[in-house]
Parts: sequence; structure tokens; C-alpha cells
Amino acid sequence: MGESSRAVVGVDVGGTFTDLVALDQTTGQVKLAKVPSTLDNQAFGVLNALKAAECDLAALDLIVHGTTTTTNAVLERKLAKTGLITTAGFRDILELGRRTRPQPYGMKGEFQPLIPRDLRLEVPERMDCDGKVVTALDEDAVRDAGRQLLDMGCESVVIHYLHAYANPDHERRSADILRTFWPNDHITMGHALLSESREFERGVTAAANAAVQPLLDRYIRRLVSELGANGYDGDVLVMNGNGGMVSSSRVALEAAKTVMSGPASGVMAAAYVGRKAGQGNLITYDMGGTSTDVALIRNAEPSVSNEIEVEYAMPIHVPMVDVRTVGAGGGSISRVNPAGLLEVGPESAGATPGPICYGLGGTEPTISDANLLLGRLDPARLNSVKGGVTLEQVKDIFADRLGSKLGLSPTEAAEAVIRIANTKMAGAIRMVSISLGADPRDFALFAFGGAGPSHACALARELGIPRVLIPSRPGITNAIGCVVADLRHDFVRTINTPLNALDPSHLHGIFADQAKQGELVISKENIAISEVRHLYSVDMQFVGQTHLLRVPLERPDIDLDTLQSLFEAAYFDRFHVALDNIRANVVNVNCSIIGTRAALDLSVLLDPALRKSTLDEAQIGTRPVFFAGTWVNTPIFQREHLPIGFALDGPAILQQMDTTILIEPGDHAQGDADGNIIVRIGDIS
Amino acid sequence: MSLDPITLTVIQAGLQQVCDEMDLSFSRAAFSPVIAEANDRSDGIYAAEDGALIAQGAGGLPVFVGTMQYSTRTLIRMIDEGKAAKPKPGDIYIVNDPYLGGTHLMDVRFARPFYRNGKLFCWLSNTGHWPDTGGVVPGGFSASATAVEQEGLRLPPVRLFKEGVLDEEIFAIISSNIRVADQRIGDVKAQAAALLVGEKRLNELLDRYGDAAVSEAISELRKRAAIQMRAFISDIADGQYTSSAWIDSDGVINDPLEIRLRITKNGDTLVFDFAGSSPPCQGPMNSVQATTYSAVYLAMRHIFPEVPMSAGAFEPLKITGIAGTFLDAQYPRPVSGCAAEVSQRIAEAVFAALVPALPDRVTAAPAGTSGNFALGGHDPQRGRDFVMYQISGGGYGGNADHDGLSNGCSTIGISKAPPVEIMEQAFPVLYHRYALHEGSGGAGLHRGGFGLDYEVELRRGAAKASFVMDHGRFGPQGVLGGKDGGVNTVTVYRDGAPYTPEHLSKEQDIPLGPGDRVHVRTPGGGGYGDPFERSVDDVRNDVRLGRYTPEQARDLFGVEFTGSPPEVDSRATARLRGKA
Repeated sequence: MGESSRAVVGVDVGGTFTDLVALDQTTGQVKLAKVPSTLDNQAFGVLNALKAAECDLAALDLIVHGTTTTTNAVLERKLAKTGLITTAGFRDILELGRRTRPQPYGMKGEFQPLIPRDLRLEVPERMDCDGKVVTALDEDAVRDAGRQLLDMGCESVVIHYLHAYANPDHERRSADILRTFWPNDHITMGHALLSESREFERGVTAAANAAVQPLLDRYIRRLVSELGANGYDGDVLVMNGNGGMVSSSRVALEAAKTVMSGPASGVMAAAYVGRKAGQGNLITYDMGGTSTDVALIRNAEPSVSNEIEVEYAMPIHVPMVDVRTVGAGGGSISRVNPAGLLEVGPESAGATPGPICYGLGGTEPTISDANLLLGRLDPARLNSVKGGVTLEQVKDIFADRLGSKLGLSPTEAAEAVIRIANTKMAGAIRMVSISLGADPRDFALFAFGGAGPSHACALARELGIPRVLIPSRPGITNAIGCVVADLRHDFVRTINTPLNALDPSHLHGIFADQAKQGELVISKENIAISEVRHLYSVDMQFVGQTHLLRVPLERPDIDLDTLQSLFEAAYFDRFHVALDNIRANVVNVNCSIIGTRAALDLSVLLDPALRKSTLDEAQIGTRPVFFAGTWVNTPIFQREHLPIGFALDGPAILQQMDTTILIEPGDHAQGDADGNIIVRIGDIS
Repeated sequence: MSLDPITLTVIQAGLQQVCDEMDLSFSRAAFSPVIAEANDRSDGIYAAEDGALIAQGAGGLPVFVGTMQYSTRTLIRMIDEGKAAKPKPGDIYIVNDPYLGGTHLMDVRFARPFYRNGKLFCWLSNTGHWPDTGGVVPGGFSASATAVEQEGLRLPPVRLFKEGVLDEEIFAIISSNIRVADQRIGDVKAQAAALLVGEKRLNELLDRYGDAAVSEAISELRKRAAIQMRAFISDIADGQYTSSAWIDSDGVINDPLEIRLRITKNGDTLVFDFAGSSPPCQGPMNSVQATTYSAVYLAMRHIFPEVPMSAGAFEPLKITGIAGTFLDAQYPRPVSGCAAEVSQRIAEAVFAALVPALPDRVTAAPAGTSGNFALGGHDPQRGRDFVMYQISGGGYGGNADHDGLSNGCSTIGISKAPPVEIMEQAFPVLYHRYALHEGSGGAGLHRGGFGLDYEVELRRGAAKASFVMDHGRFGPQGVLGGKDGGVNTVTVYRDGAPYTPEHLSKEQDIPLGPGDRVHVRTPGGGGYGDPFERSVDDVRNDVRLGRYTPEQARDLFGVEFTGSPPEVDSRATARLRGKA
């Protein structure tokens, strides 16, 4: 396809909506669509979106797809029937976990392992921690276990042995044996995705991979064939959780890597937009109806972690964009507790019934309803709601549930809900930021999701963040992430060696091997790229310490003295503790190889034909909005009508199809050439 | 009140944030895996006048929920009495004396006076579990100590940092008396740095909202927490609720110790009367006052997690009758078991008493032991000594909503267990099994969760095995007709011959050679409700998954199985369950 890949579609399947952006680089034409997701078979939603956008499939060069197929499968345990073959004595590792409970207080909680106990079989074999054989592999037992699992109806199988990261021979031999009679390719070896010690984490990662592999495989095959039947003959690339794309032909092999695909694409879009806008350091803030997610981007590179727990006791330790959920989104319910204090969340009205203003039967006051009462969301939109909710009804509920207990009018109660929600969200964002060693004041806030841009200015003020960046299409940012995503492959090698015992040439050799492997895979993927970038880092700790600190390296050929001083500097920077007499350990050697795709013109995402030449022409009216205790008559603008490079002072509301942007009094908003809005926060910048 | 309720909530969130950031800073910079990985630490803000708890980090170890306000209160009293030095800005006191508002010696507390405009505004304090503070065994958990001196170095409140500078002389005394001292400076600096983070953030909060507003908010929040706790208590029916909980033995004298509890609910207060509990014991299963109080508080917080951690939340809870019992031990009684074991048994007594009053909230008894197995010895291959700990979880109690969780951490802890692979990398051992303790979940409508069953072999050299565990004699209590969870068992195989400790769950220094093995099974949780009411499908599933044998299913749940693979015999089941 090479240079011809000019007509690109990004399509992201979320929990509620399937979003699509189609971009023709030759004509500059953009098409957008938002259709309901079809969660049982996401392919229908994808085809509906293509239809809604009136895409000519035969004319498309590339489709990039973010999917929640595997996410939903894991979270809802709707998994392929999967068996486990493991070291004798250890079949319960997946169920015992790391001896935890879901929350510090309250002795309740449940946990369902990915593979039930009767499908977890043991075979005699054992390695020690140095990879020496303690008990030889009983090959007959492997054969018998495999047959037994097949008889029990397993479609997929995991082979997970203790210390296989130190010596994978037994796992490899067992896989060879199974391949002679296993009816498909769904055989996952424990060491294959994650070659690190920690049997629970490695085992869960492998089990998650095996348990979603057949589902993803079937889904992708069906999608590709449906697309083919409709005239599409290009490749389908799938987003991985690390924010890189991978070809549909390879994606199921490492299916676990797609588990956090959706949130990753939004962050990739943010990194891309930020890099082009000269804002490399971003905190992404994605507030939707049911969740609020946060991630950190430094120098236009999203923070990636190998230690994500996708839910309680569900560690999937493959490199993933480090997206943290900090709140329940616009559906968060507010109430007055027995101490007479206002609480917002953690309970959520979810997508159904959702906030009162959805008109689907919600009766609890939520953040979205508060925004409506304050005039921040357009009350006129209530008319289009099918349940026929009136503003008075919302007001009555706020009066009854909140205002009467706090001695506040419904409007004041609504403002209080927003203030408390923002305080809590800001606190949570701050914790995410400092846990990653970053001071939020050094970042810009990148606001997206349907509800993010209404809260961003207040949050930034609370966090001491001087600038907010709002992209052109906040409500479909994930789909845009698919369009702009790079090819990416991550490599991690655990060496766990004291720095003073490390041979620098060994380190350089590992980096070189990793780079070579990555470049090879990228070249096989046959996608047009403009450059190949390498990211090098090491994970280090002081000897005796358990937490790791990632030290990014500018170049791979580093000497040990520099490494020690880089580590000490990073350590001091993070903890404000200087420890100069203690030796350092190099735990992991990491290299990511990134194939950057040709730059896209983002300005076309807002239809240039709709742009007006003056602000006045873009204004569609005014409405009273409640700020700090008083109603302020606030100008309302249609976002798509704003001239390129416009400038305005808050208060103002900018409406667009997929979101509402609130510019608060004292803040200053400005448009850039790509159609982004950059808000300078009054008291800070 | 001049503060509006919204600003009050915002300041409450701000105070909580200060503490959470202290917790985060402490864990991330600490060296000791007990702090860094297991989060065996806590940070908080305490009142200048009486040490009352203002706010505490949400991720702190539960057992510290009430202790630091006692240690801070004691410190303030000692300063007033001239028994501790007067504070200056930048000072940090260190103290680990159990009898001065503490837990065991390993929990080392730092306290830093916080000044605004030259006046003491409040105290910032934190606790961290140090891996060692000296004493007869590495790690401090001696199963057979008979005096606190055998348990480690005892520090009265002294200023380890004076006006911001570490007192090298005091630190030299400490580091000469503890094991693996070279890494402790990292922990000391991490613990002190966390208090500095707190100071900085608290100053920012005060700058923003004003000292007067924050002071007012602090006292108002204390009142509101009390109101909230009283509101929950008011829903309980007036009356008396009693229970007993038992500790196997004190490790020295092989007799059980009883916690006898009578809770009187009257209006909006609860009185916890422990009169009649066993007298102080010779071995280390004594508790000290602060730990006993804290155990009651943490149990109530497990029941009402919605109430914020504040001294106000404790006001409606009165504790009496501990004088003269092993729950209020005085110097020089050994106390190493207080935080890890006795506190959990106190919580069990609280749960057991309150289940009938709050059947939807309170669970049957959880495993309730820290399951401490220590192996100390010499590794000839690496030419060095080692001390290994295997701290184990167990099953949680069944409850109104569902079955108990399997292999949960202790009631008073929140830590993760180390992986088998990491243990084998660090120590000369080989695990033969790390599995579910089958059959251990207490039978019930909702059964208890299952404990852990592990067997580990010493590969080389010589070592001594010590155990400080519990629930070996009595399983965790079932409630409302549910059965007790399975007991803890310890078997040591020396030269292939099995040996069971006389105290079942406690013994010191059992010598092991290469090839010798230790086999431990930890307790399951208590069952909730009548096991004959459990659905036959759920019992069938438990049998299919090998959690119970068909015989256990018949005896415990009244469900008869026949054949192989076992199938439910519906008629025999109906007969067993009295429904034929």
C-alpha cells in the first residue's frame, strides 16, 4: 500500500458508542460518525459506522480499529473455555492471587479466576530459580492433561510452569507435544508474553491471553471478511494497549495486549495533537458518562507501564499506556451523608438509567444534571430527550435530595456538586501525577471525552495547571487516536544486576538486539512510515529496595558512571532523598521501537466550510450561566463556526456536536491552526 | 458555624490529600519491603493540644487507625511533664515504646511538630514497620519471649532530628542494636521525608483557606464524624451483645486465652466491656492499651467504612474493663503478638458480637492470623545468613451477600504476599505446594473462604523454623448457624518424620537440615447461616471444583453424592436435609 495509504479510517468501539473518523489526505475530506455500539458482535457497529459516514469501502486504503472485545470479555468473564497445564502443586496460583482484598476496609469481596479449578491440571516438572531442572518433565502427563482438557471442551490452553522465565525448555517442549494434537493455534506459553518472575502476574497475563485469543481471533476474522464482502481489500490494523497498532493477521497471537486498547488510543491522540501544538507535557483528562480516565504524557510520549491491574487481582503485565480511572464521570451520583456533608460518587447512575437529564428514568442527582441546572449544558437539549424531562423536575430533585438538607437553593446545590466533584477529581489527578514523579503544574491539561471540556478550566485552576488544551473533536478523540497511531513494539529484558557488576557491553548488546528485533517486525508490517524512533530506558532501584524507578536514556551506548548519576538525579527528583553510599541495581532493560506514520493535517477535522471570519458570526446566542454564586449572561458560540486563530475571554460556552466547552470568567481562550483551543487559566498563567 | 458545608467538605478533602501524599511518599521511598511493598505504615495529622486524630491516609495499615493518636497524646503529656524534650521547629521525635501508646517494637513512630507563625498548630506523625529492632530473634516475633527486652530495642520519645538535622549519635545507638542496619538509613530518610511532604502540603492548604477556617473545619469535621457514627449506631437495637474469641496459647504456657466481650448499645453509643478476659500472659500474646483500642476502632471501620477516620468517629465508642487483663499489659510483659495476632482476635470478638445486630454488614470470622513463619539460617552456597518470612492469609467469613474470599490478607493488614518465585530466588528453599486449603471454608448458607496450603523444603545448610500463628485450636467462628472455618495446622518433617508443635500454632527455633520440610495450612473463614440452606447447585459446584470431598458435602451441607464423577443424589439429599 505504501504511499497510497491516503484514505484512512479510525474506528473505536466504546462501551456505549462506536466512533468513526474517515480522513482522505488527498482531498482533505473528513467524515465522522457516532453510532451505538453492538457489544455482542462489535463488527455490526463498525459496519454501521462506515455506512453512516457513507464511506466507499473500495476506496479506503487503511482501517485502524480500537476494540473493547477483549476488555469486555475479561471484565465480564465471558471467556473462551480455557485450560491450564501447570507445575504439580501449583494449580491454585491463579485463584490464590497475592493475598489481597478489594478495599482496605470492609471484609467482603469476591474474586473469580480466569480459569476454573477443574480446568487447571498439574503435571510433574520443576525448575529452580536458576533454571536448573529439579524434576524432569513428565511428557506423558502433558499429553494426558492436554487430551483431558480437550475432552472437557477447552478451546484454548495455557502452559505455565514455575521459573519458566529462567528456563523455558519445559514450556516449549510441552507446547510441542500439545501442537501434535491440539486442533487450533490457541496455545499460550507462560513465558511468551512476559518473561519475568512472579508466577501469579505471569500466569494471569498468559491466562488472559489464552482466554480471549479465540474470541479476538474469531471477531477479527469476521470483521475482515465482512469488510471484504463490502469491497474493502486493505489491511485492518488493531490498536494495542501500548498505543501502537498491529496487523490483524498478528493481533490474536498476543491478544492480551489489546485489553486496554480503547483508553490507549485517546492518549495517543493527545500525544499526537500535543506534539503538533508544541505542548509535549500533558495530563490527559477524559471524562465521559461512566468513567473519568487520566494519563501522563512527557515529551509527547505517553507513560507506559508493564504493571497494570485492569481490575481487582487482574494484573495484565504487558506494556500498556498507563491510564488510571479517577472517577465515575458525569453519571456520578451526589448525596448528603448522615454527617450533613455533600458527597459526589463513588456511586454512578451509569449509562442506564444515567443522569436525570437523559430521561431514561434516572432519579438521582448527578454531575451532568448539576451542569444542566447551572446553564453549562444547554437546557434546550432536554426537549430532544425521549423521556421528556423538564428543568423543573431536575430542580425539584436537587431541592429535595440536596438543597433542603444543606440549606441551599437547587442552583447553589448544583454549584456545590460541581465544586466537590472538581475538588475530588483534582486530588485524584494530583495523586496519579505525583505517583509518576511529576508535578502537575509542569503540564498542560488535555481535556476530552463528552464531559471533560466542561470541567477542565476549573480543574486546571485547582491543580495550578496554567494551560488547557482542547482538541477539535473531544468526543471522538479515541477514533482520532486510531488514525494517528504509530506502529510500536516494546521489549523488556530483566537482568537484575548490580550496577558495579554490569558489563556495559552487555547492556549495549541487549539494546542492539531489541532494536534489531523491533525494526524487523515493523518492516514486515508493510505500513508506510516516515521514521523509526527508538526509546531506551532502564528500570533501576537501590540494592535492598523493591520499587523501581524508570530512567530514560537519550542514547543506548551509555557508560556506567553516567547511569549511576542519572539514577541518583532521578531518585532525588522523585523523593527528595539523596542516598549516595548505597549501590544501585539495574533490573530491566527496555527498548521501544516506534514506526512514526506520516503527519496528518488535523485542521480538516473541523469542516473549513463552516468557519466564519469573525467571532460575532460564530456566536449563536447568550444564556445565563451560574458562576461563583451569580448568574452571568454568557455568550454561546458554535465551535465549528469559530475562525482559525480566534481569541476570546471567558465566560463563554462553546458548543459542538460531541461536547460542550466551558471557558470560565478570567480565562482566555485561543484557537490554533489545527483547530485546537488553548485556554490560559487566569489566576495561574 | 460560620463555615459553609461545602467549604467544609473541600477542606476535609484537602486534609485527606495531605495524608495520602505522605503515605505515597513514604512507601515509594522506603527500602524495607514491609513498608514499600506491604504498606505496613501509616501517616496522619494530630491535634496540637491532645493528639486527637484529625486525618489519616486512606491507604495506611488498618491496625494503625487509632494508635498514633495515643502515641501523640502520650508524647504531648511527657513534654508537659518534662519527661521528653520540648519541641522546636524541624524536630522529629522517634518512639517505639509499646506502653507509651504503641503496638509492637517493630512499629517505629516519628512525630514532627507543625508550626504556623511560630505557634504549634498540630502534629504530623507516621509509623513504619522496621524489619528489625534487635532482640532475641531476627524480625522481633519471638514466640517464647517472656519480657519486652527480649523483643528488641525500646525507644522512649527522643528527638532523632533536631531542628532538621539527624542526630548521628542517637542513630548510631539504634543502628548498633538492629540487624541489617546499613539499609535503615534509607527508611529513616523516607519516613522523615514523608513528614516534610505533609508539612509542605499542609502549609499550602492553610495559605489557601486561612488558618482560622481550617481550624474551624477541623473541629467541625470531628463533630460531624461523631454525628455520622452515632447515626449508624442508632440503627442498632438497644441491648447487650456478647461474644468470646480465643487465642490458642501465649507461646509459653499452653492454655487458651479468652477475649470476653459484652457490647452494650444504648441510644447512640456503644460500650465495649472486656471485663473477664484472661489476665496478662507470660508469652508475647499480650496487647497494650493503644493496640486494644485501635483493634476495636478498626473492626468498627470494617463495619462502617463510610465514616471518615477522625477522633470524632471514636467518640461514641467507649472501651472498658481492660485493666488487669492481657489486653492492657504493662511493662515488662512481652507484646510482639499484639498487633499481628491479638488485635485480630479482638476484631473477631467485635464481629461475632455484632453479627446479630447488623447481619447485613458484619461477616462471619475471617482467618484472623498473620500466619507468621520465620526461617533463619545460613546459606552455604552464598556464604551468608538469611531470615525468611512467610506471612500468610486465609479465608474470609461468609456474609449476607456472598461466600467469603479465599486467601485474603489479615484483618489488620492490606499487604500482598511475596511470590513463590521471589522467595526461592532470595532464600535456599523449594516450595512443593502453594494451594487452596481444601475443605477449610466454614460451612454455611454462604460458606467461608478457603485458607492456604503450602509445603516448603530447606535445600541446603541449616536453619531454624519459628511460628507465630493462631486459630490452631479453634477455627474462625461461624455465625447464624454457620460452622467454624478449618483450623491452622503446622507440621514439620525432619528426616521424613512428622512433628507437630506442642502449642499447635506457635513454636520457636525448630532446627531443620537439608531436605526437611515445613507444611502449613492456614484457617478458612467462618460460615454464615445454615449450611443446609445452601443451594444444592453451589454445593455441587464446590465438589466439582474439589473444594470439598463428597463426604464433607454430605456431613456439612446435607448433600449426598454418588458415583464417579460424583453426582448429586436428590432423594438422599432431601432426606438428609429433612425435606423428604
